[in-house]
Amino acid sequence: MAKPVSIFIKVNGRTYQHAVEPRLLLSDFLRIELGLTGTHVGCEHGVCGACTIFVNGDSARSCLLLAAQLDGMEVTTVEGLGTSAAMHPVQKAFHEHHALQCGFCTPGMLMTAIDLLRKSPHASDEEIREGLSGNLCRCTGYENIVRAVRAAADALKDGNTESAT
Amino acid sequence: MKPPVFDYLSVASVEAATAALAAAAGDGKLLAGGQSLMPMLNFRLLRPSVLIDINRIPDLAYVKEQSDRIRIGALTRHRTLEGSDLVAKHLPVLREAMGHVAHLAIRNRGTIGGSLSHADPAAELPMMSMLLDADLELASAQGSRTLSAAEFFLGALTTNLADDEMLVSVSIPKLPSGCGWAFEEVARRSGDFALACVAITLNRDGDHVSNARIGMMGVGETPMRATEAEALLISGPLDDRLVLAAVSSIRTAVDPNTDLHASADYRRHLVGVLAERAIRKAWARATEASRG
Repeated sequence: MAKPVSIFIKVNGRTYQHAVEPRLLLSDFLRIELGLTGTHVGCEHGVCGACTIFVNGDSARSCLLLAAQLDGMEVTTVEGLGTSAAMHPVQKAFHEHHALQCGFCTPGMLMTAIDLLRKSPHASDEEIREGLSGNLCRCTGYENIVRAVRAAADALKDGNTESAT
Repeated sequence: MKPPVFDYLSVASVEAATAALAAAAGDGKLLAGGQSLMPMLNFRLLRPSVLIDINRIPDLAYVKEQSDRIRIGALTRHRTLEGSDLVAKHLPVLREAMGHVAHLAIRNRGTIGGSLSHADPAAELPMMSMLLDADLELASAQGSRTLSAAEFFLGALTTNLADDEMLVSVSIPKLPSGCGWAFEEVARRSGDFALACVAITLNRDGDHVSNARIGMMGVGETPMRATEAEALLISGPLDDRLVLAAVSSIRTAVDPNTDLHASADYRRHLVGVLAERAIRKAWARATEASRG
């Protein structure tokens, strides 16, 4: 085994210190070492988008990052977005528009949609579709996902909800 | 689907990175954005003894204006290039191309140095560096050298980079004033690798084209320039006959592969369709610029 790397990493506001094997993927670090299984693992080569998280506020594929790289950085996973009682506006829109069926792609869709709407708050329908195109839904429930993101974009624009994290 | 065992080394300078590459004697890999390297590691297509993380090297991510050129640091993320005012102003065709590079989460991480060093024949940045006559600055423990994009790409996923060398910056001449340009790509899904792609820059000189540059990808082992079609385009007044002659020469020049996504014949047809659209669009833009 290669020499472990010591990291300080902040995940959903909480700081952890771990010694990690260099080859440990961030997705496995989150799921196995921290027990944050909301981040789903689909393809492990950056194609399906299920494992999308935020690193220092920007969306990234956690299967294409090593935990060892993230010393001093801040990660947000789907667990850090909201709670059942106080959902993130995009989560709320997914709930209201039936934008999930089996739920496997949902965490990645949420993280992707939030980063998209933060960077393009006035996203057109086409930009929303383009923005979600890197995330696969195995139930093929794309129409409702697009509708939910459209609704979330409009709600966030109206300013009647808290700002997207 | 998990990476093989390797050591991890985070370096704080180009000198430390090239020294680590030299010490690894061909068995080290630089980790920049990781958007191509990590999938290859996860598939175990690569088994380096050490990963040298260059993400913490300061001053390696920048977009700068240097008289008639734009210089881009190797660690510049795709997302930064996409949003750069300098790129939008002086290299609008590159700005357009960046919108086709993968997806937001990939663009947040992926770097220009990584994309060029990986040299995927169906990736946008290698083709754009060929189209725009970019110079690539390489550093090693021995010193530095500069190669043109045409000298840099040797084959699919193969470049002129030595084992102990790293790409540190890319220098691209600004487009001339009045330049018309176009970028036409077809991919199965938005953000996927291209089935075929054509990008063009040209100027209008009366009823003639001047400075024609045509880049193509997805239709060969490396991105390439359509030199014969470029020569045809400037050979006489631009009319339908000349456009179709250029398209026909492009279809003859390419040697595409058949794979899961498309047949060679389809790609050959497609690259011609895209070339015709691109020529007409670039001509229209150049016409507008010459009026403005």
